[in-house]
Amino acid sequence: MKNAVGREIPKEALAVELKNGRKYEPYHGKGYRDGKYIKKAGPTSRIYQKPQESKLLPSIRDAIIATGLKDGMTVSFHHHFRDGDYIVNMVMKEIVDLGIKDITIAASSLGSAHDPIADYIEQGIVTGIQTSGIRGRMGDVVSHGKLKTPAILRSHGGRVRAIEEGDVHIDVAFIGAPTSDEYGNARAVGGKSDCGVLGYPVVDSEYADKVVVITDTLVPYPNFPPSIHGINVDYVVKVDEIGNPKKIASAAARMTQNPRDLMMAENTAKVMAATPWFKDGFSFQTGAGGPSLAVNRFLEPLMDEKGIKMAWAIGGITGPICELQRKGKVGKIIDVQDFDVAAIEDIRTNPNHFEMTASEYANPANKGAFVNKLDFVVLAALEVDIDFNVNVITGSDGVLRGAPGGHPDTAEGAKCCVIVTPLTRGRMATICEHVVTVTTPGDCVDVVVTDYGTAVNPARKDIIEALDKAGIKHVPIKELQEKAYSLVGKPDDLQWKDKVVAILEARDGTILDVVREIKPYEN
Amino acid sequence: MSIPRPKPERFRLRRTMMFMNAQKPGLIKDAYIYGADSIMLDLEDAVAENQKDSARFSLYHALKEIDYGNTEVIVRINGLDTPHWKEDIRVCVAGGCDGIRIAKTESAHDVQVVDAAVTEAEKEFGVEVGRTLLMAALESPKGVLNAVEICQASPRLFGVALSGGDYRKCMQVKVIPGGIEMLFARGFMLNAARAAGIQCFDTVFTNLNDDEGFRAEVKQNVEMGFDGKSLINPKQIQIVHEMLAPTQKEIAEAEKIVRAFREHASEGVGVFTLDNGKMIDIAFVPGAERVIKLAKASGIYEGDL
Repeated sequence: MKNAVGREIPKEALAVELKNGRKYEPYHGKGYRDGKYIKKAGPTSRIYQKPQESKLLPSIRDAIIATGLKDGMTVSFHHHFRDGDYIVNMVMKEIVDLGIKDITIAASSLGSAHDPIADYIEQGIVTGIQTSGIRGRMGDVVSHGKLKTPAILRSHGGRVRAIEEGDVHIDVAFIGAPTSDEYGNARAVGGKSDCGVLGYPVVDSEYADKVVVITDTLVPYPNFPPSIHGINVDYVVKVDEIGNPKKIASAAARMTQNPRDLMMAENTAKVMAATPWFKDGFSFQTGAGGPSLAVNRFLEPLMDEKGIKMAWAIGGITGPICELQRKGKVGKIIDVQDFDVAAIEDIRTNPNHFEMTASEYANPANKGAFVNKLDFVVLAALEVDIDFNVNVITGSDGVLRGAPGGHPDTAEGAKCCVIVTPLTRGRMATICEHVVTVTTPGDCVDVVVTDYGTAVNPARKDIIEALDKAGIKHVPIKELQEKAYSLVGKPDDLQWKDKVVAILEARDGTILDVVREIKPYEN
Repeated sequence: MSIPRPKPERFRLRRTMMFMNAQKPGLIKDAYIYGADSIMLDLEDAVAENQKDSARFSLYHALKEIDYGNTEVIVRINGLDTPHWKEDIRVCVAGGCDGIRIAKTESAHDVQVVDAAVTEAEKEFGVEVGRTLLMAALESPKGVLNAVEICQASPRLFGVALSGGDYRKCMQVKVIPGGIEMLFARGFMLNAARAAGIQCFDTVFTNLNDDEGFRAEVKQNVEMGFDGKSLINPKQIQIVHEMLAPTQKEIAEAEKIVRAFREHASEGVGVFTLDNGKMIDIAFVPGAERVIKLAKASGIYEGDL
């Protein structure tokens, strides 16, 4: 069956069983489930009526045993520690050592720090993966068909929806925290591995049957105000190190000096300034990559020129937006994740820099997330096709190596979604006829800015009119794709086997696309 | 497959000329995307002495294979005091570049020597004789003082440019905000160029972190009457274009002049007064047309002239 973005969704993908018995549907287009209802799936939660001094257990192993984790269960993790994370590997090693098998990992994201999980997949111990990001060796083994069930890849907002709706049920959540008290009140700030905010695992703490907080810095009770509330936590474990602080908080993101990136950033800012939403009190999110990040710098003079300020910025937060706020040009920063030291430092001291949960950020199934009120989002892409579909998950070799993250959530929510990407990367055309995998549907993407020109989605007549009025040149996206192919050639089609190795969920839980097992290329 | 290039236009718009090392494929493969009017592929200072041949090789293939579209492609060749310049010219002509920038020009003779070598190369490679344009870079007091004869040395010559680095060295001065050290050279060269009816370009501004200083220098260039400026970084391009763009008032005035002149000319009237009392004759028309051309290039013209 073909879905609304023209992707063939095979029966075997539609037949994948969800925990709550909900049947998969193909993607129907944006806003499909708006106005419908969900019944939230609550956890089975133990009663702690008697006085209790502490929830501390001596080790991760003891905690796993205490939770009653068994074969076939689902465990969850968060990705606030990014490439510096030790939690996933530590916990999984103990689970494997205890001989527990047929485990599904449901993480907010997984990255290159988690290569050892690839071994557990190959050994058949980990049989399910549900995540936003999948990279490194894990991406490789999944793409080569080693995972027993198809991986389910979701956006950040889509993950919260799936947990709340019961598509996935977390048996035990393992939540790494920079600080915690002995009752599990956990915070992101302080400690050895400060990560700024803990917005992603809040849903895990509320919907998992058992919740374990793992920290390397125990602080006196009560550790308030907490991100993870002790009332949702069963056990607390203190370990030596929860992660590598250097990789958790990368050095302040530096503004690119690459003239190509700067040009694209400047053109993106000009596109934004030409639209009707660029007025006092606008809202904004941008990514942490070179050109996306540099947009901050080019926005400032345009805001000054018009005499306007930004009311709020959301997202993964980096130093440049905090800097803009210090200059008095941004009202509030609402933060679901910190990408650099500058952002972490800022949230500690700045009263107008707030933490939010992933649900508040991007969940399509609550009563209105931040993304629903967003004016502009600027995003990167691995590929964009002539129907404006974006791929941020599969590489040009067809192997899983990325993460939808908040991309589909902000793209659907924002009034104006701008993708900024160079026309080609090395030998690869970024603007292509058909993306390898659709991770953000084209009906949510409005403008594509490249180093060779800008294209506007023909569905957005209002934006086309605004750009024309401002004298900003734009071309049909087909022209950009043809230019790209004229420079680097048309790539041969990838070759696939039949097996579906991953399902790309749209944020509303319909199926956007599937990824099949990759076949070694043959001429 | 070789990309055909239209015949170069001697007096086209040249607000920005961006230098780049002809040896760096990553730079020259699509240098036109930044929107400079001209790009200047450098075989001279940017290329190490023992890399001159490989730079020529990369340049030749770039000229042959890359569609630079409307962007003018000029090549800076090595000085006449080096063993390289003749071979440089052969590559430029064989590849079909639009123009050649002569480094360290000190006399009309220098221009004529290059002109002759270009003609020879055009014959050798079957290129229309006279197709390849020239520009002369003045880099020394001698070059500046001989600007008058240099500017009139060849029908191929479209303009002269000042090269501040070497000139300042000769004059034993450093870069001074406000440009007092360059005042004579700029002023004299501009006069020589205008007297000969050719274009005139200012030197590069090298401190990329000093946006304010750059803008001040461009403002002075505009006020002094330069046609354009040599640049070393793409981020300087838009600034020059913006600062050279005419104001809406200037555009309206220019439109009025051109329209009125056309109407009166068809009625056989050569001199007339505009509604603001300004007397207009044919001498005003090229200036007005230039304003409209600039406005179009700057993307701010909405009229139909």
